[in-house]
Amino acid sequence: MDIKEGLCADTWQNQQKWQDTPMLDYDAPFQEFSQQPPQTQTLLSCNPSNQTNKVQDWDPSAMLNNLSFLEQKIHQLQDLVHMIVGRRGQVLGRSDDLVAQQQQLITADLTSIIVQLISTAGSLLPSVKQTLLAAPPSFGQFGGAVVGVQQHNTSNQINCGTEQNHPVEEQESKDEEDADEGENLPPGSYEILQLEKEEILAPHTHFCTICGKGFKRDANLRMHMRGHGDEYKSPAALAKPHKESGPEPMLIKRYSCPYGGCKRNKEHKKFQPLKTILCVKNHYKRTHCDKSYICSRCNTKKFSVIADLKTHEKHCGKDKWLCSCGTTFSRKDKLFGHISLFQGHTPAIPLDEHKGLTGASDRREGNEATSTVGSINFNFGSNASMGTGMPTDMDAKGSADDPTGYFSPMNFDTCTFEGGFNEFPRPPFDDTESTFSFLIPGSCNYSPKTGGDSGLNALK
Amino acid sequence: MKNQKQQRISQTTNHFDLLSEEIVFTILDLLGENQIDKKSFSLACKSFYVIESNHRKNLRPLRQEPLSGILTRYPNITHLDLSLCPRVTDSSLTTISNLCESTLRSIDLSRSGSFSGSGLLRLAVNCRNLVEIDVSNATNLKDAGAAALAEAKNLEKLWMGRCKLVTDMGVGCIAVGCKNLKLISLKWCLGVGDFGVGLIAVKCKEIRSLDLSYLPITDKCLPSILKLQHLEDLVLEGCFGIDDDSLAALKHGCKSLKALDMSSCQNISHLGLSSLASGTGGLKQLTLAYGSPVTLALADGLKKLSMLQSIKLDGCVVTCAGLKAIGNLCVSLKELSLSKCLGVTDEGLSSVVTKHRELSKLDITCCRKITDVSIAHITNSCTNLTSLRMESCTLVPREAFVLIGQRCPFLEELDLTDNEIDDEGFTHFIHSANLCIRAIVLVFILTCFVDAGLKSISRCPNLSVLKLGICLNITDEGLTHVGMGCPKLVELDLYRSVEITDSGVSAIACGCPNLEMVNIAYCKDITDSSLMSLSKCSRLNTFESRGCPLITSLGLAAIAVGCRQLSKLDIKKCHNVDDVGMLPLAHFSQNLRQINLSYSSVTDVGLLSLASISCLQSLTILHVKDLTPSGLAAALLACGGLTKVKLQASFKYLLPQPLFEYLEARGCVLQWRDKVFQAELDPKCWKLQPEDMVP
Repeated sequence: MDIKEGLCADTWQNQQKWQDTPMLDYDAPFQEFSQQPPQTQTLLSCNPSNQTNKVQDWDPSAMLNNLSFLEQKIHQLQDLVHMIVGRRGQVLGRSDDLVAQQQQLITADLTSIIVQLISTAGSLLPSVKQTLLAAPPSFGQFGGAVVGVQQHNTSNQINCGTEQNHPVEEQESKDEEDADEGENLPPGSYEILQLEKEEILAPHTHFCTICGKGFKRDANLRMHMRGHGDEYKSPAALAKPHKESGPEPMLIKRYSCPYGGCKRNKEHKKFQPLKTILCVKNHYKRTHCDKSYICSRCNTKKFSVIADLKTHEKHCGKDKWLCSCGTTFSRKDKLFGHISLFQGHTPAIPLDEHKGLTGASDRREGNEATSTVGSINFNFGSNASMGTGMPTDMDAKGSADDPTGYFSPMNFDTCTFEGGFNEFPRPPFDDTESTFSFLIPGSCNYSPKTGGDSGLNALK
Repeated sequence: MKNQKQQRISQTTNHFDLLSEEIVFTILDLLGENQIDKKSFSLACKSFYVIESNHRKNLRPLRQEPLSGILTRYPNITHLDLSLCPRVTDSSLTTISNLCESTLRSIDLSRSGSFSGSGLLRLAVNCRNLVEIDVSNATNLKDAGAAALAEAKNLEKLWMGRCKLVTDMGVGCIAVGCKNLKLISLKWCLGVGDFGVGLIAVKCKEIRSLDLSYLPITDKCLPSILKLQHLEDLVLEGCFGIDDDSLAALKHGCKSLKALDMSSCQNISHLGLSSLASGTGGLKQLTLAYGSPVTLALADGLKKLSMLQSIKLDGCVVTCAGLKAIGNLCVSLKELSLSKCLGVTDEGLSSVVTKHRELSKLDITCCRKITDVSIAHITNSCTNLTSLRMESCTLVPREAFVLIGQRCPFLEELDLTDNEIDDEGFTHFIHSANLCIRAIVLVFILTCFVDAGLKSISRCPNLSVLKLGICLNITDEGLTHVGMGCPKLVELDLYRSVEITDSGVSAIACGCPNLEMVNIAYCKDITDSSLMSLSKCSRLNTFESRGCPLITSLGLAAIAVGCRQLSKLDIKKCHNVDDVGMLPLAHFSQNLRQINLSYSSVTDVGLLSLASISCLQSLTILHVKDLTPSGLAAALLACGGLTKVKLQASFKYLLPQPLFEYLEARGCVLQWRDKVFQAELDPKCWKLQPEDMVP
């Protein structure tokens, strides 16, 4: 009895956990289909009432809710298909991937409708459920008792449970297909599996044997299975499948890409197998599919795996390491790796630094010099060595009245520099400072720069 | 008939016309370093002027303003040294780049940081044959400036010390742009790290010499550096990011490496050194100053270096076992430096010197524990010594010096500062020594060194440098001996040798016409007649007569007239020197660069007259009581080439602030001193006032 209680408590806790976690991710997948929010709301609202009611076969109001949801859903789907049909008429040159995307959208919606329909029907037919419960042999008498106790609490959660679980689409962990690069399995020591293209691109790989709903992950399927009866709630049924297989050595499985000529294809001379199904999927999408996800920020980077897009979006716009070839890098080591790899590429210095270069030190000095000259004239007006300071200053200011004439030749000069000597386009140097010193050649006795700078200041 | 005709031709025409320009060029080449001679040659006639203009290859102007004129006159300048210019602006660089174009091969901008990237770009683009650029101390230079340098595609040598704002990006541009780099110094470029250095190593395959001192580099860039095929000289001084582990990870070393400096690398012990040594078999010169203790393990690590010739271990803690192990190295060292090492004992040093009999340079400065035992061993085995520095080896007795003199016949340089040598010992030393000695430093040899010592010194006819600081017993008699026996003397330091009078100095002046540097500071009995006799030494360029109260303007005028090459003058505390002395100085000493007028009686007039010396760069005017603020301001403004001025702090508030700003903008550094007026110290109490000792 002690054991039983312990088990019960355990299972119950597990369930609690499961109920909690999916709630968070609840409407995540629906974001893709923007029409969803109202239904999820209604579903949520029905949950507490169901839980509080004890042994109750079905709730007519909930049923009505579900049915109206289904109706709404079907209408929406209809609208969508209408829209697609209309658009196809309009634009002929539409890319294939968009069509595929639309198909995916419709399939997802249809799946959701079917699931809803089945679960609604399931709650209508309690007798079916009972037979199902009795069926699994593994539980034995002991397990049956456990189920009996549990049924008390959870019989009506099936509804909620499925609803909460089915949309859970776990964040695809970004799996580097190159992760197995270092692995050196001798050929033949593993079993090579090859999935077909359709299989790889299918949104779901795990399907419920009862209702047919598809899942991306096995764990999600198992969570879903709980809704189909108490026999799926046992720890054994919920545990990971391979763990059950226990200590017996399993033949290592490796995967081959179905794309002919690919290095990951088993026919390739230097075949490198892929480690997991997820690797196969990511590899196939990244290498052999169109990149249909475009970054909304930079509008240039394209991805075929959505997780890649998300990773990119985290860093998009932060690229500050620039190569002369125009490529940007978010990391300094990547830029230097790139430069050491390619002949003739150089690091590109950002434009603002060029400005700062001529600006900061020299201009400040120039200012000081000019202002000093003024006051020195005041103090030691008779001294010949300072007398020429002022006129030059005036000169420079006068010349600044018509700035365009003076600026343009120099700008032209800069352009020729660029074209002539850099292999790659590069931000032009700020040459204003030397422009001025060039224009007023040594007319002031202390420093040509002084006049030039004051002229520049007068402009600003 | 024919002969007559030829004679007539030679009579009417200039003989030099018969010489081709090449021959005259060769003659000019033989004039060597003496610029004054070339100057006078060029002033002889028009054709000489032209020849000299075409001949000159090197130029070191004092100011940037006349650059365009100078460069038009000298069209064949290949090396331009602007390190004396207080500031070099972008416009000057533009002028240079337009006038020199492809003839210019080398430019030194190491002390003039007013230029920016745009000036450098012009230089790099117009002067296509530029091979060497020195932009050290350009602390304002940023990555854009470095990118401009990268346009000098033929660059082979680049010095960028202390360009602190340059980062990996700028150095990366240089690495990509200047493929032919053979030498690059990035010392103190604190913004440059592994990436920049790594890229240099990847892109510039011709690198021979690499200075990475004090860079924040780690083991990441080391492998690519050591892969450089031609690397010969690597300096990793003060690279704290490199440790034993990073060196241990290097599987293959650098075969071509000849000199390695790993001074002040705190994180490298004998382990790292040993792993490095295994890959660098060709190493000849190793510097490990201020590093890990020299122990048995460290010395064992050196065993793999079969070509080693020179080891410098300055400032390290040295153990006896370590020194013995160095002695047991199978190679034969030529140079060993143990200056300021702690723990050097007779036992250790003896075991080193007995094994390395080929030593020619030995530095045991401040090895305070060694005694005559070491000296006996040194003199026994290292008979080829040419240089021995043993400042402050206070336990070495006087008898030991006789041994040095007897057994080291090739000694050229000897530093006996602060040793216990007495006159008798020194006399014996010199009498037994060979005649090769060129330099003797005898500072602080206070007690027993008398004229007999100097008399024996006079037996060294090759002596060119003699420093006798604070040798209180030396009198004129000794100096007379020197004057008679050492005609090649170039440098004479008599700092605080107070017994000296005019007769001694005049004997020196007569006997040593090649004197270039004379220091008679605090020899209080010296009068104008000394200066008049010294004025015969026409090569004199540095003269210090600090604290000689009897000197007047008259003596100074004689120096000014006689020694036209005078470039450094110190007349601090010569109270009797006034404006009368300044006027001839201003007129004749056109090469004067540095002057100290503190405590003299110069007034506004004298100071302002100095403005006519266009070379004047450094000026020290402390406690000149007759100087007025306006006079000082006028002088500061008039001396356009000033780079450094030391002034009394009280003037800081008497002069307008904008004046200082203007001077600083012109490239002049103002240093303010707030020393109280100091009365003259008793000459015998010098040891209590060590800070006053150094001239």
